[in-house]
Amino acid sequence: MTTQTTRPSERSGTSPANSTDEPATKAARDWRGVADDDRDELPAKASLVLREHSRRLLGELLRPHRKAIWVLVAIVLVENAARLAVPYLVHLGIDNGIPPIVSGGSSATLIVIVAAVLVAALTQAYARQVFLMRTGRLGQTILLGLRRRVFDHFQRLSPSFHDKYTSGRVISRLTSDVDVIDEMLETGFDGLVTALLTLVGTAVLLLTLDVRLALIALVSFPVLLLITAWFRSRSAVVYRRTRETVALVIVHFVESMTGIRAVQAFRREPRNEEIFDQVNDRYRQANLDSFRLNAIFMPSIKLVGNVTIVAILVYGGWQAYHDQVTVGVLTAFLLYLRQFFEPLQDISQFYNTFQSASAALEKLSGVLAEEPDVPEPLRPATVGTTRGRVTLSGVEFSYVDGVPVLPGLDLDVPAGQTLALVGTTGAGKTTIAKLVARFYDPTGGRVLLDGTDLRDLAEDDLRRRVVMVTQENFLFTGTVADNIRFGRPEASYDEVVEAARVIGAHEFISALPDGYDTPVEKRGSRLSAGQRQLVAFARAFLADPAVLILDEATSSLDIPSERLVQQALRTILADRTAFVIAHRLSTVETADRVIVLEHGRIVEDGAPAGLIHAGGRYATLHTAWVDSLA
Amino acid sequence: MPSDQPVPVPSRSRNLWRLRPYLRPHIWRLAMMFGSSVIGVGVSLAIPLVSRSVIDGPVNRREIDLLVPLGLLALTLGVTEAGLIFIRRWVQSRAVSGLETALRHDLYVRLQALPMEFHTRWQSGQLLSRVTVDLSTIRRFMGFGLLFLVINILQLIVVTILLLNLYWPLGIVVLAAAVPIIWLSLRFEKRYLAISRRVQDQQGDLATHIEESALGFRVIKAFGRREHVKSQFDDGAVKLYGTSLEKVRLASRFWTFLEVIPNLTLVIVLLLGALAVGNGSVSLGTLVAFITLMLSLIWPVESLGFILAMAQEAMTSADRITEILDTESSIASGLTELENPRGHLRFENVSFRFRPDSPDLLRGIDLDLPPGTTLALVGATGAGKTTLTSLVPRLYDVTGGRVTIDGHDIRDLTLTSLRRAVASAFDDPTLFSMSVRENVTLGRPDATEADVQQALQIAQATFANDLPWGLDTRVGEQGMSLSGGQRQRLALARAVLARPAVLVLDDTLSALDVHTEALVEEALRRVLAGTTGIVVAHRASTVLLADLVALLEDGRITRVGTHHDLLATVPAYRRLLAADDGHEPPDAVRRDRDVAMSRAHDIESGSGDTEEREVHAR
Repeated sequence: MTTQTTRPSERSGTSPANSTDEPATKAARDWRGVADDDRDELPAKASLVLREHSRRLLGELLRPHRKAIWVLVAIVLVENAARLAVPYLVHLGIDNGIPPIVSGGSSATLIVIVAAVLVAALTQAYARQVFLMRTGRLGQTILLGLRRRVFDHFQRLSPSFHDKYTSGRVISRLTSDVDVIDEMLETGFDGLVTALLTLVGTAVLLLTLDVRLALIALVSFPVLLLITAWFRSRSAVVYRRTRETVALVIVHFVESMTGIRAVQAFRREPRNEEIFDQVNDRYRQANLDSFRLNAIFMPSIKLVGNVTIVAILVYGGWQAYHDQVTVGVLTAFLLYLRQFFEPLQDISQFYNTFQSASAALEKLSGVLAEEPDVPEPLRPATVGTTRGRVTLSGVEFSYVDGVPVLPGLDLDVPAGQTLALVGTTGAGKTTIAKLVARFYDPTGGRVLLDGTDLRDLAEDDLRRRVVMVTQENFLFTGTVADNIRFGRPEASYDEVVEAARVIGAHEFISALPDGYDTPVEKRGSRLSAGQRQLVAFARAFLADPAVLILDEATSSLDIPSERLVQQALRTILADRTAFVIAHRLSTVETADRVIVLEHGRIVEDGAPAGLIHAGGRYATLHTAWVDSLA
Repeated sequence: MPSDQPVPVPSRSRNLWRLRPYLRPHIWRLAMMFGSSVIGVGVSLAIPLVSRSVIDGPVNRREIDLLVPLGLLALTLGVTEAGLIFIRRWVQSRAVSGLETALRHDLYVRLQALPMEFHTRWQSGQLLSRVTVDLSTIRRFMGFGLLFLVINILQLIVVTILLLNLYWPLGIVVLAAAVPIIWLSLRFEKRYLAISRRVQDQQGDLATHIEESALGFRVIKAFGRREHVKSQFDDGAVKLYGTSLEKVRLASRFWTFLEVIPNLTLVIVLLLGALAVGNGSVSLGTLVAFITLMLSLIWPVESLGFILAMAQEAMTSADRITEILDTESSIASGLTELENPRGHLRFENVSFRFRPDSPDLLRGIDLDLPPGTTLALVGATGAGKTTLTSLVPRLYDVTGGRVTIDGHDIRDLTLTSLRRAVASAFDDPTLFSMSVRENVTLGRPDATEADVQQALQIAQATFANDLPWGLDTRVGEQGMSLSGGQRQRLALARAVLARPAVLVLDDTLSALDVHTEALVEEALRRVLAGTTGIVVAHRASTVLLADLVALLEDGRITRVGTHHDLLATVPAYRRLLAADDGHEPPDAVRRDRDVAMSRAHDIESGSGDTEEREVHAR
């Protein structure tokens, strides 16, 4: 097991203070160590599939709102038409409205035109507000739907998925990824639509105003496309590096602060500072690159815009001199060109948002494409009264192919029996518990509850009958009573108190500032590990299942509390089937029956008293334990 | 997460102003930024004036010779404008990223130096938001907000003067139109900020639900409470939806208003301007220039509101940052260097309380541990065991009495030499997202490979060699996940490797199975023989590592003696350590412990291998 001989490379003595030997610099490079690449990174082929998924997801999200979207399109067309009409009307005002007045005639034409500008301005304003409101509502509705859907899907997926996927990634899917999509819906959508319509609308209007001037203006178009394309490809790279480097800064920062006790106790500060400077500087460099990219891009667009304006001005002036073009048209051109170049700068601003939103969409669609490993039965079995007999027949299980944890296990636990599972880490105890709770399905054989295969039971029926308590004993935000009631949400206050009383948790709960209504604070940080465990027990007791599984559930109790729980367990376990896994033999000894497991096989099976005298493995463990008490 | 910290009394711009030393290294860059911006404004204003000249000169007055020079002038101006923008942005990029990085560095250094007392009050999430969100807020304001605040006001003034100069009656119309916009922007920003905060808070609440649903997934599954949790999440999501809509409504009204006012002004300007052209008081070119210039005012006016809001946010951020920079570490390093420590540890009438107004957690603690002795601390949960041990490396300072090592008050020693002499392994082992080697050599970066292997051996942590990349494998949150027992053993290896004069073990073996625990204890016994040790123990087996046991009850040491004496004479002690109260194990089964353990070893041999397999399987 140990391989120290294979690593003879002595790291010569170096410390930051007195030497600058090679290992120190090597350590400076290698401090992070090696790990699997981020599992969110996918090979090209898989990402193609995902893109397909995400396109489908986008379609599914938008389809119910098809009508609303068409209305929006109509509104946005009206709005843009009104907006783009204003410079055109200014041109009419200058060319047709002013000459009659100059020649001393009526101002009627002018007034009509000004009235038209007024109407256009008000129409535009109204349409704009309606558009903003409606896109806002649509976006939020889509977002709400997406949140609900992803959340529910995560909760439906099986524990094996969560084991692999890890809670951190679940959280970031539902928070930062959804937020990115929110940001896109909020700013990007409006910006993109307006920018595109302005671009197209302006081009059309310019062409109708004056073809030759318009063609000059449109010459700038390919140049702009080139610049934007360059920017997009560069920006993708730079943006990604910014994300990566900031992630390193955050990880290092959070770990230094959460582990500050170890940092200070082991004088880690100088080394940490060194590392932090590294990651901080890399983040700075990435930021600098991204700022500089913009520093090149923005003025480039401006330059193209200004040169175009000058070209129009000179050529237009020349044309106007020859009376080929009116002053009004020239003015309108200058006004339109302003509008034409502004949104281009916006598009580039939104680009990063779009990019991360589509990446987020891909990840979310990847999650939604996952199927639960432990599916609900299509036709659930009807269940009568439960007695709680659990049978494992020929059960095989492996986490990885070729490494069986259970090579074929037969075990019959009569209703009402308390069974203790004993064995070393990895002997398969927890696996059995998880199979009985149907966190996993066996790869071979069957697990039966009162003769019904667990796979045929509806989820609700199963969970009402089988409950597992682990050492995780997670507490949710809320009061102590809320947390106990989690076992049976419809339970009355008295029932909650009764459950706590039976477990022996009533004393300490009553001593809390607000008794049962005391908030447990974040993850129950207000309570000690032992107290959290007692609350978890009360919760399980309130749920009143026929089969109770305790996986290391007493491990974080100190001895006095454990003694309390053991007394309670005698009551609780009296009339139900129980699987008990415990390191501490004091808990095991209260069982009706003990099985000793080794490599997934039962090597000893019997009543605890009998096994102690049989002189086998259990007896040895027992002796060691008794001695440790002496 | 919503920040629950009390919002400090805003001292407004003062704290922001105090950050100016961070700008000093970039003073020339700042000057260039401002210079190029001011010139840029001038240039951009000149372009419409050139247009006017083109319309009035070559077109209306038929002076076609002027067209090319004017065109060249406009081209020069256009290129110059773009060039100036480039210069400003390029120069600015280095200044602001440098500023942000320097501030972040200083914050980090300060935070690392602040004592545990500070860190228990502050959640790391709140500290993180200061180092990320607040810093970018300040960076944005310093690099963008501040600049444009000045530039836009300048532009407003200049353009208004220009407009008044071009044709004053119309200039006054424009001036009158600007007033409601500025007023409304200011009001809007305030309301918008308030509602944005509410959205953020509700997002935070929702995030809490999400976190709990992910972390508590197995509990939810075990009880079949999917619908219950879902409906809770749904409530939060619907509430967020409502507030977001409110925000959308407010924003849509405001933006519309911002656009409609300039357009209405345009209507009036067009009407009056055309009439003025008609009666000859204004040239056509002037009217065109006027309209172009007027439209160039829209952005500076609109942006005023959000730039001011940005300034307010930057001030708040500066408050939050200076709050940390101003916190002095209450644990200061002493001057005496502790050389060749022998490890004679004494507690003399030590008392401790977390806050001046809270009751004493520890009272009148007197302990004397000559070099090489090991003391076990036994007590009920909350008796103060962990607190007592954390006084030794000065993670906290005593509030009464003193702790000495080799006769020196530990407050007189340099923190470095004190903490080199004392190493601890904590009950919840912290592993950083770094290589195993980096984690284990935390207390002694100069350890040789042989030292590391020896420490791993002692802590029964040689499984680390069999990880996919050996000791270079990254562990911790961002790396390979290890079981609780594996983490504890690595933390123990770390403490042992530090070769301290005083070794503190705070319930370090709780997650180990009986067999591994026995092996670790066996090895530890040898380490502790030459080291002064404090061992916090919940199990009898751990107590047996110690020469002496101290019973800690309600912050006092009530008994000191050997395990057997205390077990025999002190009922409170027996209650804590004996599994069956009053039930003495029968003498018949009491045998030599080591014999039993070696047999247990035979039975359970291979336990390490199976654990390995679990690790690989993950």
